[in-house]
Parts: sequence; C-alpha cells; structure tokens
Amino acid sequence: MSIAEQDPNAAKVARETAGTETPRRWLGKSLNRVEDPRFLRGQGRYLDDIKLPGMLHAAVLGSPHAHAKIISIDTSKAEALPGVVRVVTGKDVAEHAAPLPSFGAGPIVQDMIAIEKVRHYGETVAAVIAENRYIAEDACDLIEVVYEQLPVVLDPVAAREEGSALVHEALETNTAYERTFSFGEVDRAFEDADRSVTANLYWPRSTGMPMDTNGAIGDYDPGTGVVTIHANSMNFTYFLWLIAGSLKIPAGKLRLVPVVAGGSFGSKFFMHKVPTFAGFLSMLVGKPVKYVEDRRTHITNNDHCGSDRRYEASLAFDDDGEFKALRISCIDDYGAYLQFGTGTHGNALSQIVGPYRIQHVEYSLAAVLTNKNQQGAYRGFGAEVSNWILERLVDLAARDLDLDRVEIRRRNLIPAGSFPYRTPTGNIYDSGNYQGVLAKVLEDVDYDHWVEYRAKARAEGRHVGIGVVASQERSVFSSTEFWFWFDDPQFTPTSSPESASVRIGPTGEIVVTLHSQSMWGNSPETVVSQVLAEEFDVDPASVVVNYADSQNALPGTGPGGSRYTVMVAGAVAGASSELKDKIRRIASDKLEVAEADLEFRDGGVGVVGVPDRHLMLADIAMTAYMFRLDLPPDMPSGLAAHCTYDHPLTTLPNADRSDLGIFYPFVGHAWHIAVIEVDIETGKLEFLRYAAVHDAGTIVNPRTLDGQVIGGTVQGLGTALYEEILYDDLGRVRNESFEHYHLPSSMDAPSITVGHQETPSPYTAYGIKGAGEGGRMLAPAIMSAAIEDALSPYGVTVTSLPISAEQIVEWATGTRSD
Amino acid sequence: MSDKRVVRVEVNGAWYDGLVEPRRTLSDFLREDLDLTGTHVACENGFCGNCNVLLDGETVRSCLMFAVQADGRSLTTVEGLAEPDGTLGRLQQAFHDNHGLQCGFCTPAMLLTAHEYLEAYPDGGTDEQIREAISGVICRCTGYQHIVESIRAAAGGGA
Repeated sequence: MSIAEQDPNAAKVARETAGTETPRRWLGKSLNRVEDPRFLRGQGRYLDDIKLPGMLHAAVLGSPHAHAKIISIDTSKAEALPGVVRVVTGKDVAEHAAPLPSFGAGPIVQDMIAIEKVRHYGETVAAVIAENRYIAEDACDLIEVVYEQLPVVLDPVAAREEGSALVHEALETNTAYERTFSFGEVDRAFEDADRSVTANLYWPRSTGMPMDTNGAIGDYDPGTGVVTIHANSMNFTYFLWLIAGSLKIPAGKLRLVPVVAGGSFGSKFFMHKVPTFAGFLSMLVGKPVKYVEDRRTHITNNDHCGSDRRYEASLAFDDDGEFKALRISCIDDYGAYLQFGTGTHGNALSQIVGPYRIQHVEYSLAAVLTNKNQQGAYRGFGAEVSNWILERLVDLAARDLDLDRVEIRRRNLIPAGSFPYRTPTGNIYDSGNYQGVLAKVLEDVDYDHWVEYRAKARAEGRHVGIGVVASQERSVFSSTEFWFWFDDPQFTPTSSPESASVRIGPTGEIVVTLHSQSMWGNSPETVVSQVLAEEFDVDPASVVVNYADSQNALPGTGPGGSRYTVMVAGAVAGASSELKDKIRRIASDKLEVAEADLEFRDGGVGVVGVPDRHLMLADIAMTAYMFRLDLPPDMPSGLAAHCTYDHPLTTLPNADRSDLGIFYPFVGHAWHIAVIEVDIETGKLEFLRYAAVHDAGTIVNPRTLDGQVIGGTVQGLGTALYEEILYDDLGRVRNESFEHYHLPSSMDAPSITVGHQETPSPYTAYGIKGAGEGGRMLAPAIMSAAIEDALSPYGVTVTSLPISAEQIVEWATGTRSD
Repeated sequence: MSDKRVVRVEVNGAWYDGLVEPRRTLSDFLREDLDLTGTHVACENGFCGNCNVLLDGETVRSCLMFAVQADGRSLTTVEGLAEPDGTLGRLQQAFHDNHGLQCGFCTPAMLLTAHEYLEAYPDGGTDEQIREAISGVICRCTGYQHIVESIRAAAGGGA
C-alpha cells in the first residue's frame, strides 16, 4: 500500500538512526534518570518555590452558584483590609483584557474572571492581590457579591431540548457541535452481519489531579513593557502566544518561562488561564504577582476535567466472531466552555477500531455545554474512553457467541504482515506484531493456570474474575484532530514540530536546549541525554539540559498525546547529525584520515580499528571555538546546531471527511491481564495477578517506560473504581477535596508485571513510539471485564464507571449500603 | 490579625528563630520563612500527606500543624537527608536506582515517611507492610510499585 510522503528531514533522521547492525550503546538501557537528584534533595524548584523580589500574592473568590447573573460586587471591605493591594473583578477584565483562547466554534466566550454571569460552580468572580496569601484569602471572604440565580443546566440530554436554559445565550443552543462521520458502508455491514450487540455506556467526569496544582507568577516590567510569566504549563511555544492576545500586548513582549511541574496528566496541557491571570494581575499593579490554585480551586475551576460521555454503541459481527462494523453515538458533556473544541473525539478517531480488522465505522457526536467546569485534557485525550467502549463491546460479543474473550480478539487482530495498515478513518498504524504481544502476555501471566484457578475457586464459592483486554496506543499528534470536524475550519494547524539546540562548548561538554516544555514527571532530560550518549558515546550524566523561554525558543509543541520522546529524539538526532558532520571534518583534518574511517567512541572521535588514534570532543571543540585558522578553510567557528523536527508523517483530510488523513500514525499496542477476587460482602477487590505487555517500538529506557505503564495503569484504576467529580442538583461540586475525591493509594494499587516487545516504527528516529498513556487506556476496560467475570453468577454487565464497592455489593447481594 | 509569637525550632540540626502569626502553618513557616521549599503542599487539609515532615522522628502533616506548635522541637525535612556535600543518602539513592520518583513532588514526603518506617523495620518488612506505611502519602505518577521496591532496596542496604 502506498503511504503519503514522509517529511524529508524526518525521513533523513529515520534513515540515519535506523541502523541496527551494531548494538546500541546507550539507548535501551535502564539508566538512572538524570533529573532525579535535585528532586530527591528537595531542590525541585516548582512554581510555588519561586520568590521574586517584591512579589505579591493573589487568591480568588469562586462562585458559590453554578449559573447566576452577577448583579453587583462590593469590594470596599476587602480593599480596606491592611495588606490588600488591589481587588480585581470582571470589570477590570472587561476594560483591560480580551477573552481567553478557544478552539471551539461559535460565540463561546471565556474570560479569566467572569464578567456578567457565572457558568459553573467555582468560576472566578474576583481576585485579591495582597502582601501574602493569608491576607488575600481573608480579603476574598470580605467581598460581597449579589447574584441572581439562573436555571442550572446539568443534564446534557435535557440541555439539548427546546426551552432549556442556555449556558451561552449568544450561541442560541447548548449543543455546541454535532456531526456524524461515516467511513465505509456501515448500514449495509450491519444488515449483512449475522449478529450485533448494542450497549448504553457512561464514562464519568474525572480529572488528572496532579499533586502540584496549576500556578504562575506574572512579572510585568513597566520599563520595557515585557510581561514575563513563570508557569508550570506543559506547552510554551505551541499556542501560548495567544496569551498575549488576552493581555492585549504584542506577542513579542510576552516572555513565558518554563517551570518544573509536579505532574500534569493533561491538566497542564496548553494551560492558559492561570498564566494569563497572573500576567494580568501583575500588569495591574506593576509588581510580580504569584497565583497558585489551592486544591479546591483546582478541582472546581481548573478547566481540565476529563471526558463525560454517554454512548450508544453497537458492534456487528458474524457467527464465527469476525467483527464487521462499529457504530458509535456519543453525547459529551463538555461543561461551560469548549477550549479545545472536540479534539478529544478527533483523537479517538485515530484508533477507533482498536487492533481489529473492522472496515466500517460510523461515529456521531453531540458536544453539549452545561454548567460544569469545562473539559480539557486528561491522559488518553478521549482515546482512553473509546478504547473502553470498544473493549466493552468486544466482551459483550464474546458473551453473545459464548466464545472465549481471548479467542474472539485473536481472530480479529490485524495480521503482522499488513503494516503500514490504513484504518477506516484514514489514520494509519505504522507497524506492529499484535499476535506477538498477545502470546507474550499469555505466557507471562500463565493464563491457563489462572483459568483453572478460577474454576476451582468458583467451585468453592469464591468470586474470582479474569480480565483480558487489548489497546492501541496512538502517539504523536499532528493537530488535525482539532479541526477536521469543520468543513470550513477557521484555523488549520498542521505543523506541530519539536526543536532541539545542541551545543558542544569549548571544553567539550554538551549542553542541549529544549524549546517547548518544562519537566513535569516525564523524563525529557534522561531521554535527550541517552540519545546524545548514543550519538557521541559520552556519559549521559555529563549532558546538561536546559529549557528555552518563549522569547528564545525555536518552534515547538510540548508534550501531549505521547509525543515528546519521539519528537525530541528526532530533533536531538537531527541536530547531532549536523554537529557530527562538522566534527568529522575537523577530525579528519587533524588525524589525516578519511571521514569514512572515523567513528564516535569513548567521548570523542577515533579511527575505526585503531584504538590509540582518537581525539576527545574537548580537543575538537577547543579548536572549533578558538583556532579558526586550524579549521578547514570554509568552516565557521563553533559547535552548535539547531534542528526543528516536524511531524514525520501526516496528511490532510479530504474535502468530505470520508478520509481524515494520517494524523496519529505511530501506534503502539498492549495487552493487560488481571486476575481479581471480589469480596461480595464488602465490595473489596484483591488483585491476584496483574500483567501488562506493551509494544512501544524501540525503547529508550525500559525502567522509565515501566514507570509510565504502571503509573498510567494505577491512574486508570482510579478512573475505573473511584474517581468522579460529583455535582449536586444545583450544580455545586460535592467532592471538592481529597476527603471525598479518592485517589488510588499504595493499598489500592496492584503489583504489576510489565513486559515489552519492540516493533520499531519505520518513520521515527530510532523507531521509537510514544508510550505515556497506554496504562490508562487499558485499566478501565480490564477492571470492567474482571469484575464482570468475577460476578458472572449474577449476570452483571458493567456499563458505567466508576465501579464502586457499594455497586459490587448491590450487584451480588441485591442490597445497597451507601 | 493576632499578635505574632516567637518560635524556635531545630530543623535538620540547626536552630532557627521566627516571628509568626499563631495561624501560620508549619509548612508555610518552613517554606516561606526558612526557605526550605523541599516540603510540598498539595491539598492543605491533611489527606495527601505530601507535606509530611518528621517531628522528633515521627511523621506529621506540616499543613495541619501551626508553626507555634513546633516551638522547641526538632524537625527533619527532606533537606536533611543528603550529606552536606549533596551526596544522596541511602534511601534517596535507592529511590534513584529504582525509579522511585517521576515528577518528584511527593518524593520528599515519601522519603521521610519511608525513613520513619525503616527506623521501625530495619529489615524492610513485607511489601504489604511497606504499602501500608506509605498509604498516607498520595503519589499520582508512579503507581507506587517502584517506591515500594526502592524502600525494600534501601532496607537491603541496612537502613
């Protein structure tokens, strides 16, 4: 099959890094992370650890109502409190600022402080800038706001009906977007198939909930007019220049400084409100202002809830278990605003058929606005939900056919010889060996043993269940998922590159600058150090990594959609290639041998096969910087190279959107198997075994990859079993602290065996695929399957999450104890 | 605001004096007044344990204590775990060797909580005991498994 042209620069990088004749020296090893020591010593320098001279502190007053007109705000008592510098309301925003950025269509306007009305509980209605946070919070309590409550829109189905109250009057409806995509001949496939199953499924609103909340320090310099904002966002060069628009300043006067983040999981992806807000407050008072969300504000007002979806979904299949067609209809409760448009469904369409040979797909979406905190990104970005839907349908089909759940999946897997494989939506899967991953996980877990164990346990009246699920893990978005929804999109980005600058200083040390992100729990410094070690054969711990601020940055996108390792490896490899060419020329001159006879080894360059003919990088670098007349005649001084590495393989959607193009093509594959025992008296789960096997292409660092798999899996267990943001009848959040929003603890998490298979991507540097989200894509499906299996005597079908202990007891005993 | 009080505490072996409002939390006192920002605050109401420090050798939630309550007492924070030259302590090294951290935000509290545990169970105990010991500290990144392995490895080194 012919696949569209690969980006030429990326193709060169892929070609140069594909070599597997010699074993890799540094890639693929479980090296200790170079990021670790400063965090282990408590020297992480997170946002709230930073103090600037003269810095003031802000706190916000959140709305106690989900939907209300703001009639008046009396700030006089707050302003009179000693230590208060300024009280800020929507009036200031209306006068001095513009709305926050949004990629949703239509008049859905969000301001950093609500102006005329509030649209969700916790939405900011005022802020106080004070000498310290204590005073700022005291003063918030003294602000008097008169509201006129409006009818609350909470049910996304009712919100679509005529006569519903409107979240955004200017939109004239609460359905912000509605469309059906059809790929193949879905109706005919359903008619022709022997059977089908249909399920109504609900995925609850939860959130990434990092330990470090979103924060920023604005630092306006009245002299130059430059607004410097230190922030723990994940993306600094992608779209954060839009902040300048909100602040009504020229983008060149905005300087965003990356600050380490204590976790994101999506909640700091394109995080714009908090940095804009801190910048705005600083401009109002002409001094640095720090604003860090407290936990309550993070839960009620962080703009980063995950998906909240009601589905009707059907799978058509034949009597022999062969899948034929998939039909999915979804109503998604996006909350009060629509900052990313419906990108979280575009994401799902990249791997909507999973690892299976399904040819016909219909996908309908209604994106609905309600009076809730809006959706943003959460690990999986919507594809974790669609995978749960697909795997639920597959389990139902297996039950319908009385066919083993492994066997039905095995029969439908895309064969190993068919890559690159074009899926019905147009996205491709670059490479894979799904049968290999399945065989490995069955062997690792000794599946037959557990099947026998389950039979014996059931005979003893115990409730043991096995879950077996598969997932694709698409990686490296190209941005089209945000706009292919529209026939006439207003803004059609297709460039989502990553850049790296590699400098070898006069003394031979390598310093690399990254251009889009802060470190937030991923391992960017370890990744680039291992790549540079691979290229130059230097000690990875000797590599120095820093992060450019936005005024000094080359094009970049930042992490998200499991893209960073793939993309930064490509950028570093590209820059290294250029530097290595120059170093080879200098060394060839000095050693008087042909460039082809040189190799990078032992921290320098040597003649192949001649151990003592070798120059250290420091020798070459000093010449490059200080001895121009010793360099080849046409060569400029210095050893620095910059590479902007574009998405290696992406194409445009077609006009009628029957083909969405290639937009998420580096696709990993995974299987998880869990064996659990359920106590039907208490609903408590015990893990007897949990095994995962992932294929993420070439592995940079097996242990950090294990960390992503295990961490993502436990986060997915939280989604499956515990986590849901609960609203009362008035739209107030009922669980706005960790007391009632339960995160998995060490006692809830299983011990997980992680195995790997490596099927390199033909398109990326070294064949790497992204792997930051897979665990969370599988865990909800596996818990649903395992619990359903354990409770099979009671005929249970899991159709909604989270599956609470109370729910389990009710299923098994018919009584409810909450 | 009520009158300020003098607080005198020993932190990591050195004595510090402070003048604080009675309502000032111990975590704010450590972080803002003493510039010991290794202690992190994540929920401010005692559920996540990310602010744990050792008070006379026992873990406490520094967000739930007032600085004045620590008057005259001895504290250990994460800054006290490494050697003065920055060399990682045994537990820190075990976390480094076993990938016991990702974003690093809960790490100081995990280290101090594990430190307390290993004082009581120098041989490391069972995985179940380790998991129970750290169950009051929430980590959102790691899924805990590599933390458990780190603590066990530190015990193997003779904690």
